[in-house]
Amino acid sequence: MPRSLFSPGRWLGAHLLLVFLFLYLPIVVLIVLSFNESGLPTAWTGFSTRWYESVATNEKILGAAATTIFIATMSTIIATAIGTLLALGLERLTNNALLDGLVFIPGIIPDIVLAIALLSFYNLVFTGVLGLKLGAWSVILAHVVFNITFVTAIVRTRLRHFDISIEEASLDLGANEVTTFRKVTLPVILPGVIAAALVAFTLSVDEFVVAFFTAGTTITFPIQVYSMIRFGVTPEINAIATVVVIVSFVLVLASQRLNPEQA
Amino acid sequence: MEQHHDLIRIEEVTKRFGQLVAVDDVSATIRENEFFALLGPSGCGKTTLLRLLAGLETPDAGRLLLEGRDLVGVRPWKRPLNMMFQSYALFPHMNVYDNVAYGLRQEGKGHAEIERRVGDILALVRLVGFGQRRPHQLSGGERQRVALARALVKRPKVLLLDEPLAALDRKLRVEMQLELKRLQHSIGITFLIVTHDQEEALVMADRVAVMDRGRILQVATPDELYETPNSRFVAAFIGESTIFRGRLEIRGAESAVVSDRARWRVAPAAPGQAGLGDGAAASIIVRPERLRLERLEAPAARDGRGTAASGLHNRVEGEVTDVAYFGATRKYVLALSDGTVALARVQVGQSGDDLAPGMHVTATWAIDHGVLVADEGVPPAPPSASPGSAPPAADP
Amino acid sequence: MGRTIRRLVLLGPGLGWWLAFLVVPLLVVLAYSFFRRGTFGGVVFDFTLDNYVRALDPLYVRVLWFSLRVAVITTLVALLIGYPAAYYIATRPRRWRTPLLVFIILPFWTSFLIRTYAWIVLLNREGLINRPLLNLGIIEQPLPLLYNEFAIVIGLLYGYLPLMILPLYAAIERLNPELREAATNLGARPIKVFFTVTVPLTLTGVAAGCIFVFVPSLGNFIVPDLLGGGRSIMVGNLIQGQFLKARDWPFGATLSLALIALMLLLLVVQARIINRDRPASGNAA
Repeated sequence: MPRSLFSPGRWLGAHLLLVFLFLYLPIVVLIVLSFNESGLPTAWTGFSTRWYESVATNEKILGAAATTIFIATMSTIIATAIGTLLALGLERLTNNALLDGLVFIPGIIPDIVLAIALLSFYNLVFTGVLGLKLGAWSVILAHVVFNITFVTAIVRTRLRHFDISIEEASLDLGANEVTTFRKVTLPVILPGVIAAALVAFTLSVDEFVVAFFTAGTTITFPIQVYSMIRFGVTPEINAIATVVVIVSFVLVLASQRLNPEQA
Repeated sequence: MEQHHDLIRIEEVTKRFGQLVAVDDVSATIRENEFFALLGPSGCGKTTLLRLLAGLETPDAGRLLLEGRDLVGVRPWKRPLNMMFQSYALFPHMNVYDNVAYGLRQEGKGHAEIERRVGDILALVRLVGFGQRRPHQLSGGERQRVALARALVKRPKVLLLDEPLAALDRKLRVEMQLELKRLQHSIGITFLIVTHDQEEALVMADRVAVMDRGRILQVATPDELYETPNSRFVAAFIGESTIFRGRLEIRGAESAVVSDRARWRVAPAAPGQAGLGDGAAASIIVRPERLRLERLEAPAARDGRGTAASGLHNRVEGEVTDVAYFGATRKYVLALSDGTVALARVQVGQSGDDLAPGMHVTATWAIDHGVLVADEGVPPAPPSASPGSAPPAADP
Repeated sequence: MGRTIRRLVLLGPGLGWWLAFLVVPLLVVLAYSFFRRGTFGGVVFDFTLDNYVRALDPLYVRVLWFSLRVAVITTLVALLIGYPAAYYIATRPRRWRTPLLVFIILPFWTSFLIRTYAWIVLLNREGLINRPLLNLGIIEQPLPLLYNEFAIVIGLLYGYLPLMILPLYAAIERLNPELREAATNLGARPIKVFFTVTVPLTLTGVAAGCIFVFVPSLGNFIVPDLLGGGRSIMVGNLIQGQFLKARDWPFGATLSLALIALMLLLLVVQARIINRDRPASGNAA
């Protein structure tokens, strides 16, 4: 353990501190700026919530937020259900390292690739053949693709600590497989499932690139923010950013508390 | 004599896991109101057999009859057997009451009846007042009793116990051994226990089936297993013993196990009982308390000669290499002149209770106390230290 | 329930979804790369290899090369920064480790868009880095921190550093400390121990971390779009341009395939490293 002032331990500790600074400074800056009366990074003119008020009364922003919440909720429900089943299947039924690896691919595939692949597919099949226009539904379907990966990964960490003999005990005591799943398996893995759902929800709310390509004329919240950034940085963005960051933090911390085995 | 009713009949059951044959054409009978143990080293198939009975595995061949009805194909939740799991498998999200009531609720029993029966069983396992507690708040011993209560409350025909005492510390284990035995006696249902601890099996069970590599080697009372094991494996697994190895020689009414350095007589009826013929590879098993030791004043000739006291005893010379003190008994490890390592137990007060390492002794045992068994595989005694020695004669 | 029914119920929905909404779309992309752009956008189903030929044009190769360079620099910097950080966390007392990790990964879960935007605020000429430096007289002209390669690297680094630290941490944490002690006992100085024992045995973590940073960086669209200015574009922007502006989907598809091919190649390389490492690994079970 570090004894002298300049021992390696101290250096490393300082280094980690700098890393944390690097990671959090931009966020802190945004939060601070969002309360800056002038809205400019150059001059602090006083504490104010005017930018928040401005955002709260901006119909376009609110509309986009509502759309995004709808999309996120739907994709979370679907992905959580599918992902939980998949986690159970992978953990119990197969022992295939290759399959385990493949499951991660939708999570690390570059979002632009997923975006244009789905755009092409939608265009060919849905618009071309079925005459459907792209909208919230196309984004939902897309978000489920990568959300399944994250849900599966998180639920699996919960399953690893799961003592399978409690399921056998349930069977032995007179419950069939469906009842066992309902009364024993599900309640025990529920914290993990909820934690996974929270993560999936967060990812969906924040997701920009895939939505950008597959939403058609629908505007999601990140798409709205993007166009605001693109067409001139305005102080409202700081307020929006702060809200998004705080909400994400809360959701993820809640998820972590529910499922401490995640990491 | 009590009437023994066969409760469970295991008929030629085989279970494979890929290439591994976990249970190999096993047959056995378990009676009503019996405390039966499946004993064997890990991997011998005992747990698999238990799980086959519970319905958690399906056999590849054979029948499992409970009161005449074949259980194969019957799902676990429909079987009138209940299991106590090695890890206890208590439902972590339910309190003790709900854990114990779970099985009754699956049966659709009414609230009042459940309350009564759960109360009774908790009293029986001495956990009154624990109803609201959660598994993680209980000690190991308490958890075990909840697991027991949960299985027993359903009044199964058979209670299956999978290494129930393995997770407990020594003192608790000994207590629970007697507790389980008492419980089985007072409830009066069959207990089928799986264990790798031979002491445990011998203390608790009415009958024990010794298993190795998927097969049952011997089913007998603890007493019979100890005194008359039917194979070297059983003899070695249960208790301690000295094992003399060689080839069976039958000359008329006389039989002996012969190696190049020794000749040990066996009881005339032994070859027939063991099912061995002339020339078969055989071992004689002698329990440590059957060896009588006497101090030898002059060191024995190192050429492996020994003499017999009479026609009914075998005698050999050897040297004490180790002593262990057990209060009322002494345990000696001896290096015998024919190369065998022998174990002897002597009560304080008997001759030979004062020996020390390095001393030379003669060891004697009655022919009737040597159990003859088949010797699978390996040929007789190791090469002699001094060449050209004649094997010691067993009797004049 | 039969084993097959169980398999179907549990694995079916997930794998089925991916089949329909990942595999098939990617196959569509593959198919498109062989076709031509229609006059008004859209796809004309004439088989051609023109797109592949066009992709080799120096114009596009330069962009690909730039993207690779940026991704490599980002990955290396992330590794240099991330390894010591992961090492430090892994050597803290057990109860500190999870909280530290949680705070490392927390920013990652917030909107990538917003996090990248934050750097616009910080890096621009009137921004929070330039202003104080100008005011304090340390510099005379504002530093060109934004709308160039530097900004892109910073933006990518900021976005993906947590992804480097996590697998590194996992690999370092799994190391049996006795291995290091043995090396020290045999006479190696701490630096030597680090390079001859710790680093080689944590190679799987290094490989994983590098992949997690390199792949998303290479194909990233948001960062070069917001922080790169018009002149610094990467593959991601190219693809977007083809799909949304030039409406040349087949060509865009071809470019995407190049990206996917690179990604698969890296995954294979990483898998090799993991497999090679496994039998020789001295990690505690």
